[in-house]
Amino acid sequence: MTWEIVIGIETHVQLQTESKIFSTASTAFGAAPNSQASFVDCALPGTLPVMNRKAVECAIKFGLAVNAGDSKNIARRSVFARKNYFYPDLPKGYQLSQMELPVVTGGSVTIQVDGKDKVVTLTRAHLEEDAGKSLHEGLDTPGVSGIDLNRAGTPLLEVVTEPDMRSAAEAVAYAKALHGIVTWIGICDGNMQEGSFRCDANVSVRREGEALGTRCEIKNLNSFRFMERAINYEVRRQIEVIGDGGRVAQQTRLYDADRNETRAMRSKEDAMDYRYFPCPDLLPLVITEDDIEKVSASMVASPQTMQARFQASYGLSEYDAKLLTVDRVTARYFEDVVSAGAETKLAANWINGELAAMLNRHDMDIAQRPVSAGSFSQLLQRIMDGSVSSKSARDLLGLMWAGEHQGDVDALIKAHGLTQMADVSAIEKIVDDVIAANEKSVVEFKSGKERALQSLVGQVMKATGGKANPTQVNTILREKLGAN
Amino acid sequence: MSFDPTALTQLAKLSSLNLAPATLSQLSDDMSSIFGLIDALQAVDTTGIAPLSHPLDTIADMTLNCREDVAVATDPVSALANAPETENGLFLVPRVIE
Amino acid sequence: MSEAYPTIASLAERIRTKQISATELAEDGLRRVADNAALNAFFPVSRDLTLAEAKAADVRIAAGETSPLLGIPIAHKDIFVTCGWPTTAGSKMLEGYISPFDATVVEKLKAAGVVSLGKLNCDEFAMGSSNENSAFGAVKNPWDRSRIPGGSSGGSAAAVAAGIVPATTGTDTGGSLRQPAAMCGITAIKPTYGRVSRYGMVAFASSLDQAGSMAHTAQDCALLLDAMAGSDERDSTSLNSEKANASIWRAFSANIASKHPLNKGFENLRIGVPKEWMTYAGDLEGTRTDGIHMDVAVAIHHALDVFTNHGATLVDIPLPRTALSIPAYYVIASAEASSNLSRFDGVRYGHRAAEYTDLNSMIFNSRTEGFGHEVKRRILTGAYVLSHGYFDAYYLQAQRVRRLIAEDFQAAFEHCDLIMGPVAPTTAWKIGEKSKNPTAMYLEDIFTLGVSLAGLPGMSIPCGFGLNNMPVGLQIIGNYFDEAKMLADAHRFQQLTDWHQQHPGVKS
Repeated sequence: MTWEIVIGIETHVQLQTESKIFSTASTAFGAAPNSQASFVDCALPGTLPVMNRKAVECAIKFGLAVNAGDSKNIARRSVFARKNYFYPDLPKGYQLSQMELPVVTGGSVTIQVDGKDKVVTLTRAHLEEDAGKSLHEGLDTPGVSGIDLNRAGTPLLEVVTEPDMRSAAEAVAYAKALHGIVTWIGICDGNMQEGSFRCDANVSVRREGEALGTRCEIKNLNSFRFMERAINYEVRRQIEVIGDGGRVAQQTRLYDADRNETRAMRSKEDAMDYRYFPCPDLLPLVITEDDIEKVSASMVASPQTMQARFQASYGLSEYDAKLLTVDRVTARYFEDVVSAGAETKLAANWINGELAAMLNRHDMDIAQRPVSAGSFSQLLQRIMDGSVSSKSARDLLGLMWAGEHQGDVDALIKAHGLTQMADVSAIEKIVDDVIAANEKSVVEFKSGKERALQSLVGQVMKATGGKANPTQVNTILREKLGAN
Repeated sequence: MSFDPTALTQLAKLSSLNLAPATLSQLSDDMSSIFGLIDALQAVDTTGIAPLSHPLDTIADMTLNCREDVAVATDPVSALANAPETENGLFLVPRVIE
Repeated sequence: MSEAYPTIASLAERIRTKQISATELAEDGLRRVADNAALNAFFPVSRDLTLAEAKAADVRIAAGETSPLLGIPIAHKDIFVTCGWPTTAGSKMLEGYISPFDATVVEKLKAAGVVSLGKLNCDEFAMGSSNENSAFGAVKNPWDRSRIPGGSSGGSAAAVAAGIVPATTGTDTGGSLRQPAAMCGITAIKPTYGRVSRYGMVAFASSLDQAGSMAHTAQDCALLLDAMAGSDERDSTSLNSEKANASIWRAFSANIASKHPLNKGFENLRIGVPKEWMTYAGDLEGTRTDGIHMDVAVAIHHALDVFTNHGATLVDIPLPRTALSIPAYYVIASAEASSNLSRFDGVRYGHRAAEYTDLNSMIFNSRTEGFGHEVKRRILTGAYVLSHGYFDAYYLQAQRVRRLIAEDFQAAFEHCDLIMGPVAPTTAWKIGEKSKNPTAMYLEDIFTLGVSLAGLPGMSIPCGFGLNNMPVGLQIIGNYFDEAKMLADAHRFQQLTDWHQQHPGVKS
């Protein structure tokens, strides 16, 4: 008896605008409580919402990006509705959202699972405002919670999928792909720790051939790792419930990362009647062909287009080009490094190799890199002109990362004496010494063991303190040993 | 049409209002009276008529004006000036249990 | 020394000729407020705030500024938020609330140089037709203090009728400017929806609320409305077209100045009279209304005679869905109100209960204590008509009927230039007479609601007296953006008659 898992994902994407969706307060993260809450955000009597143009543009961008540039899925006329309920972080007592006529209907996101492509269909995407935050700790007054409305009114695009995913892996692949899209097109900064990208997973199970099971919603998953674990736990839980002869109750649940389990929320929201109706303070949003044209023209090429361009213009392999176009910052960095003078293949190798490794080691995002494209290019050019060996260059990168000499490549080379040995006669002398001191290896090499040569190269490198060019050393050794 | 007291209690809950049991009966009568008036709407044939949300929709295509995305500094002191209870710039409410 | 019932025009003249200063006028005004305390029209005044405004006006006058509203004392309905003066909206929910910003209307009038004497009592959250729903006591009609002044802008109407100030601001959602004006024998105008910004107006029903002016004359109303009107980027429903932003005063003045060849005044004016409105003592299409009372009908007919004697023609027009405007209005207004009032939860401002056990009880208790009976009834009604399963049958149905009503008016305007008729079926009733039965009061609004639903401009001008010597108002309804024409014809009527010069205690 096989179980089928059915998953749908709702994602709240925080749009990257300067001001809120219906008020002029700033959306910058991390400000002091209520320092970015305008009179409108506080829902003071007499205040009214005014739409932010940029939020609309973000929605249009998204609609185009998930429909291969075809604007058929963008509603030319959409309506804002009030979702009525009481909660202290919801100042108006209603959330401005879109119900019957959302700004985007349809579209899709393609994911790769086990090497195969799968299409996840989007039901809709709509604009809405975020609520504020409640703080429960760190207050002197006992028995209270503190409400911070800085986040209230931040523009969100809620993206909803059809229940197309069949495993936690697929769900995570979708979430990552969606994350890639919204950051690529520049509508979201993708910072999950700051809450810019939050997923709710609707999970249900059913025995093969049966009708859809009751689903539970796991809310506010703000990490891919947690999403995977939470869904897996929930699936196991549901199967157990049914296996024990029980019924899965429709619930909203939260994931507890410490315990690795999902828990039902203590909320009265079950069976809440939101009494949606079109907001009379906002007129219908009309998007014209002109609006769409303008946004379309301003959009950056898709990752696929950029990858193709990199392969064509820079002569890169598909593999290299794909890695470099995984996000816009990396792609940009590559192009800046190359335009500053580095050779394309070298740049690709080093960015996808050494740089990626450094970022990983320091648990950093490329956006946080401490080495500018200019400096990085400079480093690569010193390899190209033979000033330093690859190994020294690796060491240099570490020093640049740490900020020594403000990352000035030439200053660092000088300071640490990393200049590659250019004096051939000096190298030759050392090679002669090594040959003389390693008769066994010489014999082995001459009798066909390539590895013996590496050992000799290693000895020479050691004797030169790593400053000789290994390729050059290799050549000189072969010459002297009479092999070619 | 007599207004069902259970429905009334449910509506009050949705509206975050307490209904004193003593007033329930009178309120029920009042609501019955109001809905007696309102039910006249049901008799009207409105087939093919679109709802009118904005009065001037009949004379012009009323559509939403948008503003430029510019952030303006807020005035937190003024915004919080009428708050019943605050601490460190936060609005205080009885403990929220999630 | 001072006139008992000055107009803006006469005061402006006295200011211009340096006979009186803004400060003297303000002091005089504050005295009048005190003398008329029994009317309960005003909330507690603030001498400091008023005199500061007066001083600022005097500075501008001394500098040679001559704008027509400079130094004129007025007062604002307590639905407009004001810095300095508290705003209660007639409710315990907002007792002591001081807004950190001024409503756009207040801002604009301040810029024009008016001097505010304070805030005016009104029905709680503008819900009512008698000003008996105020949490701070009923307002009395200056003509007969045992009677209601009308509502919800009862305080605004009483203040003008009693001669405390020459003009006031008010709001109209279903008739709240026109009806109290009729009850108190003064002039008022509710403009086309969207012509005046709603920013800073405590919201009752967003698609119906409109601010307007009240005064003794159409000319004064025009002056005040002109300063109040204009697009506002802080209100998305505020119209931003050439038509909407055109100066009402300029158009009004041009209209007044134009002379008809035969100089009769109303040549070429076709006045539509809704036959359903002039039906008396009968059943209007099966609803429980008595129709217009005879005394009101007589006054209306006499007023219409003035127009026809001076060249106008009367045209019978059908407004068949007049009675349906009542349920349609109450569904829509209650629905919008129930949502607009959800922000009052005791968290960020307003009344917070003293006793509660947890968050929920804090919110429930605060709202239960803060809101009055009528407000609660409307919140519950609104919640019901929006609830799942009833939304289509009530809310959407009401919006469809709304469209039909708006179309009825447009059809009528094919045959006439202005529509005229009564404002209310009766003159002012006794305080307490209709407050026991909520629907009895709703039926009184039958002639004003449709205009609000359609978003059309509507006026009330005094046109005589009815039973118990109480004033009767003539309603003038124009098509969208016809304010200037309405005001000009009302002004012409006021040149030919003197109803607008009748005052309590000064009757000829």
